[in-house]
Amino acid sequence: MSELSSAGKIPVTVLTGYLGAGKTTLLNRILSEPHGKRYAVIVNEFGEIGIDNDLVVGADEEVFEMNNGCICCTVRGDLVRILDGLMRRKGKFDAIIVETTGLADPAPVAQTFFIDENVGRRTKLDAVVTVADAKWLKDRLKDAPEAKNQIAFADVILINKTDLVSAEELSDVEARIRSINPYAKLHKTERAKIALDQVLDRKAFDLDRILDIEPDFLAGDGHDHDHDHHHEHGHEHHHGHGGLKHYHDEDMKSVSLKSEKPLDPDKFFPWVQNLVQIEGPNILRCKGILSFKNDDERFVFQGVHMILDGDHQQPWRKDEQRLSRAVFIGRNLPEETIRRGFESCIA
Amino acid sequence: MTDSRSETVSVVERTYAVAAAGAVIATHFLGHTAVFVLGEETMVFAEPKGEPRRVAVHDGAILATAADEKRVVSSGDDGKLAATNAKGEIRTLATDEKHRWIDHVALGRGSAVAWSAGKTAFVQGKEQRELEVLSTVGGLAFLPKGFRLAVAHYNGATLWFPNATGAAAEKLEWKGSHLGATVSPDGRFLVTSMQEPMLHGWRLADGKHMRMSGYATRVTSLAWTADGDWLATSGATQLILWPFQGKDGPMGKEPRLLAPSDHRVTTVAAHPGQGIVATGFDHGMILLIRVADGAEILARKPAAAPVTALGWSPDGQSLAFGTEDGDAGIIDLS
Repeated sequence: MSELSSAGKIPVTVLTGYLGAGKTTLLNRILSEPHGKRYAVIVNEFGEIGIDNDLVVGADEEVFEMNNGCICCTVRGDLVRILDGLMRRKGKFDAIIVETTGLADPAPVAQTFFIDENVGRRTKLDAVVTVADAKWLKDRLKDAPEAKNQIAFADVILINKTDLVSAEELSDVEARIRSINPYAKLHKTERAKIALDQVLDRKAFDLDRILDIEPDFLAGDGHDHDHDHHHEHGHEHHHGHGGLKHYHDEDMKSVSLKSEKPLDPDKFFPWVQNLVQIEGPNILRCKGILSFKNDDERFVFQGVHMILDGDHQQPWRKDEQRLSRAVFIGRNLPEETIRRGFESCIA
Repeated sequence: MTDSRSETVSVVERTYAVAAAGAVIATHFLGHTAVFVLGEETMVFAEPKGEPRRVAVHDGAILATAADEKRVVSSGDDGKLAATNAKGEIRTLATDEKHRWIDHVALGRGSAVAWSAGKTAFVQGKEQRELEVLSTVGGLAFLPKGFRLAVAHYNGATLWFPNATGAAAEKLEWKGSHLGATVSPDGRFLVTSMQEPMLHGWRLADGKHMRMSGYATRVTSLAWTADGDWLATSGATQLILWPFQGKDGPMGKEPRLLAPSDHRVTTVAAHPGQGIVATGFDHGMILLIRVADGAEILARKPAAAPVTALGWSPDGQSLAFGTEDGDAGIIDLS
């Protein structure tokens, strides 16, 4: 596990979303609002951006497999090259936005920041923001694996074009998103209208910011949330929550783990390394806050496919329950095996 | 042995500091004039006496440079390929018609220039030719004999005779992303640096593969010693030299490992005449390392930022250096 300090690095926000969901609308909004920040933008289609900006760079979405025998270990070769070039002008912008094509897999983009030392030393992945079409996402989740990947991978999801659907349809699409990714911050928007601090500077990949792992539910949906009972082992963890229908996606799901007893690091690290070795191609994201025996500092980790990143973080507070929590989001995950494996790491 | 090399013989006091005022990405010499190429727009021309001169060459980032005795050829994100002489006079050699970034530059014999933008490699000799490869070009290198160019890309490299119209370019295959290319001075070997922390090599006579691994990070700096016997490389916490004396190159041989440190080597530059490699580290230290016995001379004490550029004068009497935070200088070894 590598140590990644985020000080002084340029944040990079990744915008994904299926064709026509409204990525470019969001991008134009980010670039045109009077926020006083300067952005370098990496796009796939020139000309869609209505803003004159000499820091707009065209990309080719070249996904390169690493020559290490692991098929999920990929980088975006064009990003390695473009970020290196952009960093020569680092005084000219405050942050970088990468817009991917509608069919793109966010994983190679994210992995580029962990695999390429040159990129990781000078820039940091801030968050993956996915724009979803309120009307069509439901259909795309059935016929487009890319759309499902983008939802599962996201830190922030905008359900866009809410004005084109009824309240029932909106609630339905929300429930479907939650069945895949209960952890992303979810926003409902029209014409991608959103406060920019909800999509930029989220620090979603910053180990220091992994303070809590709880499902996110839309504010103001009229329910008091008592999250705890949803996390007990053996319970459906988002059953009927917030008045949402309960969907099970056929293949993509999240596995949420929890232990009140401290873990043994000598058991946990081999287990988690082995898990991502075997299930890496199916695990899109993982995240955890752990309490180890005889250790007053919390240990946090995150991962993308087979890549893990982790470090000790702040000490546990005296009045705080030392609860270990972890979540794995992925395709066809062997939930029971993962649960038993995690429990076997208890000290 | 400590990482500051405080006990090592030193030539630090022979340094003439140059205020580069910007990250230095390369240094070259045009005669006695040192040229410091900055990451953005400017080249700084300096001699050990007199004021440095600043010349704006590109409108944006400078992405690559190569030099011969008369000119520094540079490319930028402004889609321009420029040649700048010792007087600071700039000639535009080419402009990318789609205004794409020109990522790589290489110089060949005569006045041949090669460059690449995206998936297209270009060569300007008597005429201009171009070759499209399957992915973005990762590196370019001319072969020393004949008018032939090696083009590195995803899953291998292509050897191209630009003047042989109709002849198919030769493909050298090896899985992975190849990001830099260099050809041994005798023209027998092509070596590429890969996205993974390793090098790959081909013996051109028979396409035999060579894998050179064991690095901590991606190898971004490669230099052949003057006699062509060794390939010096960055990417580890010591200077790694691969032996190329024999007909099999480094196949089945161990590399020579010199100047172990707690810090990574970022930049290497081989002396033009002797078996000495100037070696820059990520904490700013520069050592002159003798290949034969590993003897070290301290040329720059550790400072803050990584060494990002090293270049010898043609007579081997001066070494120019630059760092990521804009420190630069010329070390007089005469």
